[in-house]
Amino acid sequence: MAISFTVNDTPVSVEAEGDTPLLWVLREDLALTGTKFGCGVAACGACSVHVDGKLVRSCSLPVSDVAGRAITTIEGLKSADGTLHAVQQAWIAAQVPQCGYCQSGQIMAATALIKAVGRPNEAQIDAAMTNLCRCGTYPRIRKAILAATGQAVYAAASATMGEGAA
Amino acid sequence: MADNPTPHLAEDTANTPAKPKRKGVKRRAFLVGGALLVGGGAFGLYLAENSTRSRAKALTETDGAHNFLTWMKIAEDDTVTVYSPHIDFGQGTHTALGQMLADELDADWAKVVVEQAPADSAFANTALVKGFMAELSGMPGVVNALPAAVIGMLTRSQNLQITGGSSAVRFTGQAGMRVVGAAVRLALIEEAAARMKVPASELVAANSTISHPATNRSLRYGELAQGAAKRSLTSSPKLKDPKDFKLIGAGLPRADIPSKVDGSAIYGIDFALPDMRVATIAAAPVRGGKLVSVDEAPAMAIKGVEQVVKLDDAVIVVAKGYWQAAKGLAALSPEFSDGGHAGMSTAAIYAAQDELRTSAKPSNTAGSGDVDAAFKAAGNKLITANYRVPFLHHAMMEPFAITGHFKDGKLHLWGGLQDPLGARDRAAKAAGLKMDDVVFHPMIMGGGFGRRFPGVTEILDQIALLAKQLPFPVKLIWSREEEVRHGTYRPQSSAALSAVLGADGKIAAWRSDYVQGDNAEAEAGFIYDVPATSRRHFEYTSNQIDGPWRSVNSTQIGFYNESFMDELAAAAGEDPYRFRRKHLPAGSRYVAVLDEVAARAAWDSALPDGHRRGIAIVESFGTIVAEVVEVMMLPDGRPKVLKAFAVVDCGTVVNPLNAEAQIAGGLIMGLSAAMGEAITLEKGAVVESNFTDYPLITLADAPAEVDVHFINSGAKMGGIGEPGVPPASPALANAIAAASGKRIRTLPIMAQITA
Repeated sequence: MAISFTVNDTPVSVEAEGDTPLLWVLREDLALTGTKFGCGVAACGACSVHVDGKLVRSCSLPVSDVAGRAITTIEGLKSADGTLHAVQQAWIAAQVPQCGYCQSGQIMAATALIKAVGRPNEAQIDAAMTNLCRCGTYPRIRKAILAATGQAVYAAASATMGEGAA
Repeated sequence: MADNPTPHLAEDTANTPAKPKRKGVKRRAFLVGGALLVGGGAFGLYLAENSTRSRAKALTETDGAHNFLTWMKIAEDDTVTVYSPHIDFGQGTHTALGQMLADELDADWAKVVVEQAPADSAFANTALVKGFMAELSGMPGVVNALPAAVIGMLTRSQNLQITGGSSAVRFTGQAGMRVVGAAVRLALIEEAAARMKVPASELVAANSTISHPATNRSLRYGELAQGAAKRSLTSSPKLKDPKDFKLIGAGLPRADIPSKVDGSAIYGIDFALPDMRVATIAAAPVRGGKLVSVDEAPAMAIKGVEQVVKLDDAVIVVAKGYWQAAKGLAALSPEFSDGGHAGMSTAAIYAAQDELRTSAKPSNTAGSGDVDAAFKAAGNKLITANYRVPFLHHAMMEPFAITGHFKDGKLHLWGGLQDPLGARDRAAKAAGLKMDDVVFHPMIMGGGFGRRFPGVTEILDQIALLAKQLPFPVKLIWSREEEVRHGTYRPQSSAALSAVLGADGKIAAWRSDYVQGDNAEAEAGFIYDVPATSRRHFEYTSNQIDGPWRSVNSTQIGFYNESFMDELAAAAGEDPYRFRRKHLPAGSRYVAVLDEVAARAAWDSALPDGHRRGIAIVESFGTIVAEVVEVMMLPDGRPKVLKAFAVVDCGTVVNPLNAEAQIAGGLIMGLSAAMGEAITLEKGAVVESNFTDYPLITLADAPAEVDVHFINSGAKMGGIGEPGVPPASPALANAIAAASGKRIRTLPIMAQITA
């Protein structure tokens, strides 16, 4: 069946079985591979996108449910002139990603949180940021969210150094 | 520079009788296998042979640039391209290796690009070989213990392009990148001296330019490259004194990060070709089982499904897209045999291990002194404890995905693996092709942690067999369920520890009897001064394939030893930090690391009610790490980690920004495993299926900040990717014991608390 919706402000129409998860339509039909497959059961958040501005795990959302709605993916966060979203900039400044695979989803979750509450406090960050990261980038994710919302000045390297005898 | 390798190693090992074949090919085995291939060439191993050099030149001098020693090239616009034989899966290796070469080269960092070396034997990593030979030279026992499969590898080609063992910076960087950078710098200076007709001693190299201050003349590296590339290079250039480092030690940002925040980075699973199909797979639930039969019709009835392919031990559905393939696979009811492993279970494994420890002879014994005499001596106090740790899944966030296309007799593969050359070799064997007929295109990896070594990646066999019989390209994607259930896990292992305390309150003798597939001594040594120790390995393998899991054996051995040290401290009525300290050599790096972490964590300061700290110190991959974890016990009995501290002595830190991320990430991965991770077996099959029942730590449960401190001791460089993991689980268990009185001896912790 043909299903129409918008992705990153561009109208699209795809031919897909209605039960196909949005994730696979984005990745395989629309070649938007920034949205990742991690678990297929909405447990890890790697596939997070915004649907009408709300955070959704696209691996478990049938594409038939998004007909007529507006999808934003990681590729659509930057502004028309190519300037990265403040959260993406904070992610670079804080050197958050390691393997990077979960980071599209983390950034989509963080931008949705900031959109919802403005300047999230620690407890709100704890509650909202449930996406999994195996590399353990959580401390830098936390700092980048605080920095993106003007609650921290992030000096990238917080490790300290000392001399010692060999 | 690393120590000289021992040229006799190859002969000694070649004469070793073949041992019975063991399941799984371990990472260390690969390394030794590679080492033997070049044994005898003690000097200038990085100076590739002529044929190799010309091949590397042909592969890289496609743009008028000039290749040096296969490791780097300089273009006419001064761009220096460094070829990394290691994969960068986010650990920052490419940046660090570039820093090391560029520092010695006196190159302008803004004009340095680091690229993945082609998966070609011309780029096999000889510096890595040299480093591991040096590390192993004092341990002939390790080499002699190699399984027959590895001895067989020695006769094969020089497939060494591995990323593992926390080896990139300390071996490739130290013995390769720095030496090449320094040697090429000398050649550039010689070329400049000849052109300017001045003595080389009057020239100064800086920022990719050679200048002659006396006459105010200068030549750019790009101008000098062609001539310099024809000059012979010294194999032992003088390296910089650390005080002269400009790039080594700098927290330079990683080049790959922008592409990982805007969604543009293309991982293996993202790769696509025109006409490509997507496939997914279900292998026998019991490892070792075979496919008995499957009715293909239910899958073929799903729209988009094109083909069902049967392998010896798996069934694959090929479709237009992943969702159709997954639906098709779900519609099938394949019958698999259990390979005779139906009796295998988590409980049965622990029971067999307990039995083995009391009835069998150890496969390996380390330690010295008369332990038995000390155990019998009057007045000594005996303490014993048994520990158990489960299989652990790597849980790389990107499930396995490799694209294959068999065309005109060549099998092309696209994917992310920790050893591209080894991947070619394995795929070639599976497909019955020559290695030259397999082309591997390395892609970005969504995590690895030891899961992506060719020796443990049966997906290579699967994609090779699948692609070879299809006329179009195909991407094989493992579901998360397949990933969880068909891992090559950190082994389930157990240990019985015992020690006696003397009248002086010190440990008089120590015995640890541990059971698992691998002898752990090669990478998890014993750091304490104890007059008599006996560390005995009892070999046990289940039907699972043991795989290297970030820090390999150091996680379980670290948990055993460091938990037990706390139990001994308690028995001695001593503070755990001070008890450790008095068993470490006075004035040693261990004491410096331990003292520093205690100071940073304010070890002696009072904490609120219910808050307690735990401490642990482990040396692995040449790096000493001590960690302190502060916890509070929640009303439901769960521990909440509030703070974490890590102090690290890896000799010299190349990039503190990345090193901090590696240590903090390793600590968090260690906490995650300790808290809730376990792969369990029932009737030979894995019970867990996804992140729903294999829980990883979340942001809320991880410490908000990890305080990481490096001691630049200048000692021989150690690894950084793995050593952050091992101290985390014992530090957490020790903190829980302090806070609640409950001693955790079996992991994961949550299973003990809810039990």
